[in-house]
Formats: sequence, structure tokens, C-alpha cells
Amino acid sequence: MRYPIGEKAGALKPSGIRKFFDIVAEMDDVVSLGVGEPDFDTPWSVRDEGIYTLEKGRTFYTSNAGLRELREEISRFVKKRQNLRYDPLSEILVTVGGSEAIDLCFRAMLNPGDEVLIPEPSYVSYTPCCILADGKPVPIALKAEDEFRLTAKELEDACSDRTRILVLPFPNNPTGAVMRREDLEAVAKVCIEKDIFVLSDEIYSELTYTGQNHVSIAEIPGMWERTIVINGFSKAFAMTGWRLGYCMGPKEIISQMTKIHQFAIMCAPTNSQYAAITALRDCFGEVEKMREAYNQRRRFLMHSFREMGLPCFEPFGAFYVFPCIKEFGMSSEEFATRLLKEEKVAVVPGDAFGESGAGFIRISYAYSLENLKEAMARISRFLGRLRN
Amino acid sequence: MREQILALLERNSKLAPEEIAVLLGSSSEIIESEIKKMEKENVICGYNTLIDWEKTGVDKVTALIEVRVTPQRGQGFDNIAERIYNYPEVQSVYLISGGYDLLVILEGKTLMEVAHFVSSKLSTLETVISTATHFILKKYKDDGIIFAKKKKDERILIEP
Repeated sequence: MRYPIGEKAGALKPSGIRKFFDIVAEMDDVVSLGVGEPDFDTPWSVRDEGIYTLEKGRTFYTSNAGLRELREEISRFVKKRQNLRYDPLSEILVTVGGSEAIDLCFRAMLNPGDEVLIPEPSYVSYTPCCILADGKPVPIALKAEDEFRLTAKELEDACSDRTRILVLPFPNNPTGAVMRREDLEAVAKVCIEKDIFVLSDEIYSELTYTGQNHVSIAEIPGMWERTIVINGFSKAFAMTGWRLGYCMGPKEIISQMTKIHQFAIMCAPTNSQYAAITALRDCFGEVEKMREAYNQRRRFLMHSFREMGLPCFEPFGAFYVFPCIKEFGMSSEEFATRLLKEEKVAVVPGDAFGESGAGFIRISYAYSLENLKEAMARISRFLGRLRN
Repeated sequence: MREQILALLERNSKLAPEEIAVLLGSSSEIIESEIKKMEKENVICGYNTLIDWEKTGVDKVTALIEVRVTPQRGQGFDNIAERIYNYPEVQSVYLISGGYDLLVILEGKTLMEVAHFVSSKLSTLETVISTATHFILKKYKDDGIIFAKKKKDERILIEP
């Protein structure tokens, strides 16, 4: 028998950290700094609402685009936080996590051979989703000396006449980089000039530590009409397992995405949608507390790296830091594997997020301070041995 | 800054000034002097440890006592409150709105000891009209800390 395997699926490379993950899975007592999700529980009022709607038997499909009430709350929320205006009826689609929205975006917009610019290091799903939609991913290698921000020059150099979409993954996983308004303005200018559409993945928008709100590129004049903003509940409200995200943009694109969503998914989980309404209405204080806790941990890590003499630019977003380990002359994977075996600390090799992440490791601070202290003591010991 | 320092200390009074300085992005000198000032001003009144005595096997009973009193002219409730809070076995005294006036939290070794205190010391104060004693059977959460088992991290170890 021959298994029918599609060429595109067959050619997809498995996640870069799969091998490493297998080693981690076999070890006990690992202090992990490897997760990409909050350590906080979902706020109790949200969980309580989830339980309540189950009790009430609200277990049917919702409309394809999501509960109207939820879309209205989303519309209010992004107006308040980013001053973005979207019509809840035609310009917002509720999805199964931000991940689904990424997939829909490419499938709705790409034709075979269209080029998609993907700044790297960045989250692992842009490239495969782009390939599955017959697009051609074109990586842009971001640089540590720019604090992993995308510059207008880099964007311009990567453009060709087949370029259709720019992925803008900020605040960034894995580097923690954020784009300031002036950075976005420069990028926007190029996008308008070259007629490029933007997929702005802003899933970490609530987790910035500059003291100012996250700026969306859709706020920049001339960009609303050429941007799909993707966001969700996972990171801001500690709701990863609820699988709920959303995307917003011009109705010409959102309606195409809704068609695919309708046939592939039907609707996002009803229970999660009701719970998310409560999140948006009642949980701002809790988000604030979580943000403050992340910020304290971030400062603690930066302080620890300074003491260890480990070079790391100071990131102001998400919950990751991305220190440089080039001085040890090992690949990121080699470094991570030895750190795991010798000190039982799990971090993610930077090149799992694209080639330009080579020589770096991603450390997540979605962990208690206690946990981070122990991990830093172990890493410090490890570095001491390597340097001797 | 004060509020942030207090928020940290309220949850963990073991934090050293140097640690607080790192967490808040300040210097340990500033933090230390701020804490000293707050101790002097009695903003920080003490440093306690939260203990789940149930797990220690030490006998302890805690009672909440509702006390109705006649307020005194010119003194309100302060005078009677003072007469109650001066007893060392009294943990807390609050002035309460609603059906009664003072809420007294009392700790003793046995039920008898607490009952004895109420009948011989509290009820006999001339301004006390009545008392109602409620014994605490189990503490689930105290001072914002849940006493149940610590939760295990159930997240998978590595995620992109």
C-alpha cells in the first residue's frame, strides 16, 4: 500500500526544536525555561463564566464570525487600547487561536509564487503556513545590533515585484523586541510605496514594558486599509488552552478569511467565546498585575545576565529574553543540549526560530521568581565551567 | 514606588532591599531608605509569617466573636476597643458596620480556653451588650494565600 502524501505536506520540515524536545521529555527534575505560555491560571472570573455557560447548556455553534457580543467587546477593547476602529459586524473574525488566523490570512490572500516577507527570528508557523498556501517565504534576517527590530532598509532590500505580504511579528517571540512608533512609520512608508499588505501578529500586545501602550501598525496613517491585525486571548489573559484568537482588517479580506474559516472550522469554541467576553469586560486589573509580575521577572533576568556577563539586549515585550551565546563557540542546539544535560535547565535554541537566531537562546520568564532564581544559579554555574 | 515596594513585601516579607531594587528597577539604597521610613512612620507595622498551623499538629483554635457594645459619650468605640485589644490572646479587633459593632478574632489552645475568655473577660465588660462566638473549623485561604496543596506546573516543558 502507498500512503497518499501531498507534496507540500511531505516537504514541510518538522519543527526545529522537535529533536531537542525529545531529549527534554526523557529527563526528570528539569527546570524549564522553555514554554511559550503564561504560568498564571486563567483569571477565576473567566473560568467561572466558562463553567456557567456549560451549566446553562450553551454548547451550540455560534455564527461563523463569532458571537456578536464578543466581536463588539473586541471592537471596544482595541479602540481603547490601540485606538483602532473596526466594525464588529464585518471587520472582525473570531478564530481558533491566533494560529488559525495566520493560516487563514495566507490562504485568503496568496496566489502561487507570491512572496511573503518574514522577519526572523520569529514564531515557527509563518513559513509552513505560507508554503501550504502556495506562497514563497522570503526571510529577513533581523540583527541583534538593531535590537531585532525591522528596519525600512531591510524591508526595502527584501522587496521584489512578487512581494505581496509582510509579516510583522511584534512584540516578538522569541526575541522580546518591540517596534516603536517611529520604527513602524518608517516601515509603513515602504509598505505604501511598494503596495505591500501587512499581517501584523500582535498576540503579545498587552505585554509590553516600555511604560507605553503597544503601537499597532494599523494606527499609522495609510496602514489600516492594508493591514490584518491578529490578536487573541492566550497571552494577555492567560487563556492558551481555550484556543481563542481574532483578526481584524478591511472587510474585503476578512470576508475571504471568513469563508475559509466557515468551511474548515465552522466557529471558534462557543464556551471559550462566552468566557472571553468576561475576560474583556472584567479582567483588565488582572492583566495589569500579570504584566507587572512579568516586568519584575524581566528585570531580574537582565540583572542576572549582567552579573554573569552574558550579552543580551534589553527586550521590552512578550515574556522572552534572547541572550547571545556566541562567545562559547557552540551551536545554539549544542549549548542548549549541554545546559540541559549538565544543569538540567531547558531553554530553546535560537535557530529554532530561523537561521538568524543562531548563536542565541530563548529564555522564557513565564515562571515564578523562585524558579527563575534557581535556573539563573544553574546557568551561572554552567557558564563558569565553560569559561574555565 | 512606595506602593510597589509594599505590594512586594506584603506577599513576601523575606525579600531583601537589593532584590526589591532589581525587581523594580531601582537602587538598593533608595529601597532601603524608603523601607526604613515606612517602618518609622508605622506604615510597615511588622513582618509576620503565614503559617498553616493545622499541618503542624500544634493545638490551636481560632474564634470570630461578634460583639455588640454601647458606645461611650465622647469616646465612641475607641475606648472599649482598646480594653479588648490589650489582651494578648486577641489577634484582631475591627469596628464593623451592620448588625454588630466589633469583630474580635481570638486565638486559644482549646475551645474551653476561648469560651472562658468570652464569658469571664469579654462579656463582663460593662459596655458589652452581647457576644456571639463562631469557631473556625478550617482555613482555606488566609491573607490572600490559598492553604491547599501547591499546584504543579502542568505545562509541557518546551514550546515554540
